[in-house]
Amino acid sequence: MKQIYLDNAATTRVLPEIAKAMAEVMTENYGNPSSIYTLGQSAHEILDEARIKVAKLVNAADPEEITFTCGGSEGDTMILEGIAHAYAKKGKHIITSAVEHHAILHTCQDLEKQGFKITYVPVDEFGRVNPADVEKAITPETILISIMFANNEIGTIEPIREIGAIAHKHGVFMHTDAVQAVGHVPVDVQADNIDLLTLTAHKFHGPKGTGAIYIKKGIHPANIIFGGPQEHRLRPGTENTAGIKGLGMAADYARENMAVNGKKQTVLRDKLIKGILEKIPEVRLNGHPTDRLPNNVNVSIRYIEGEGMLLHLDLVGIAASSGSACTSGTLDPSHVLLAIGLPHEIAHGSLRLTLSEFTTEEDVDYVLEQLPGIVENLRKMSPLYNERKVG
Amino acid sequence: MYSKKVMDHFSHPRNVGEIPNASGVGEVGNPVCGDIMKIYINVKDNVITDIKFNTFGCGAAIATSSMVTELAKGKTIEEALKLTNEAVAEALDGLPPIKMHCSNLAADGLKAAIADYKKKNGLPLDGLCANPVCHACGAH
Repeated sequence: MKQIYLDNAATTRVLPEIAKAMAEVMTENYGNPSSIYTLGQSAHEILDEARIKVAKLVNAADPEEITFTCGGSEGDTMILEGIAHAYAKKGKHIITSAVEHHAILHTCQDLEKQGFKITYVPVDEFGRVNPADVEKAITPETILISIMFANNEIGTIEPIREIGAIAHKHGVFMHTDAVQAVGHVPVDVQADNIDLLTLTAHKFHGPKGTGAIYIKKGIHPANIIFGGPQEHRLRPGTENTAGIKGLGMAADYARENMAVNGKKQTVLRDKLIKGILEKIPEVRLNGHPTDRLPNNVNVSIRYIEGEGMLLHLDLVGIAASSGSACTSGTLDPSHVLLAIGLPHEIAHGSLRLTLSEFTTEEDVDYVLEQLPGIVENLRKMSPLYNERKVG
Repeated sequence: MYSKKVMDHFSHPRNVGEIPNASGVGEVGNPVCGDIMKIYINVKDNVITDIKFNTFGCGAAIATSSMVTELAKGKTIEEALKLTNEAVAEALDGLPPIKMHCSNLAADGLKAAIADYKKKNGLPLDGLCANPVCHACGAH
């Protein structure tokens, strides 16, 4: 059966050449980078090379500003807890948004338990933070602003450069969870006024379990993991050299191909959005119509529930995702969809399709061919739909 | 995640639809939870002769609705009242644990339809409720 993978915001396919190079690291260049002999030192070179590549991807001034991690959640936690603990003397207030990833929100909840005060700024109907709201929330106690670069569910790109400028005007550190953005849209820590950033390899065709944080020179988060001197003593433990090799290669690949792939995906994204809105009545696009990731489509289809759609799509070979309660693992639908003002029943009917450079026009046509029938079938058995027709 | 039987009932649901002028109609769940089940029954000589459902909800919600209609068809009211949500889940070879609470309401829907039938016909309700509380979120 046809297999169309449209859940690239969840994770991406590792490029075959990256997987091959990683396997080679594990079997041939397997030394410990901290060891003094040749095999150790050649492993250390992997780290040096990848650090330069990741620094280039986000335009860090110095590769030493890059610290390798095990991924997005670890990076977010290291930065939020690390900055909070290191700078608590200055103040105990952090500003974030209502639509952040759980890696940020749940870390903030942990900090609240430790006596920190967190302000969650709201978003507009498109999921955008208003920089003026951030500025209003700043107090003399504020030490950190953490706003995501782009939203993982609805794809909306946040005005990070403006928020970063506000942070700097008030002497506050600016962090951005750029997990969904890096490798997909240009991210420039210097031009975008970013002091701290989180990224992870598996969102741009690198391996799972490897990420990095950018920490501007002069900023010193406290440790949350303790051990040896690896990764600026911030992330102790023997480095995942194979993963880091893969991250470096994915970073290079993304930087070199971003413009072309972004353009191609934007065309397919817009075709998919237009097609869904035209072929299925009573559907709304979630997220900003233009300020959105080139690979993100998120719609709410009224009167039906997301999981049913996902199961039917899977039966015809399409992998997608939803923000319904069933897929969020709780009884509530996605906090992002609720934050943009959707009522519960409409949030339950959301569908996210996220493209990659492997997505073809044929794939998009196939989705547009299959989805309307699936929606029609589910609506036929939905009391919400049938009562609406009668009423 | 779902058993073969659940997927069968989900992708080929039995007895979908409405019964005009049904003997009884029951509705459980609410759109906030993400599950609404509406069960229609026709009763003749104390036997459920026809049963149909409309459901807004996830795979488990649709599969349990379909299964309860199969289990209840041809049963007497007394037999049908003995059906539990757990028995419906069991007939589907089980449901994932999280679904046992939020989407496994079909037997409640059937009971609500029977309560409605009894009310319409002036029969004693014996503690049956036509508006059972949604277990998952506590709402009517």
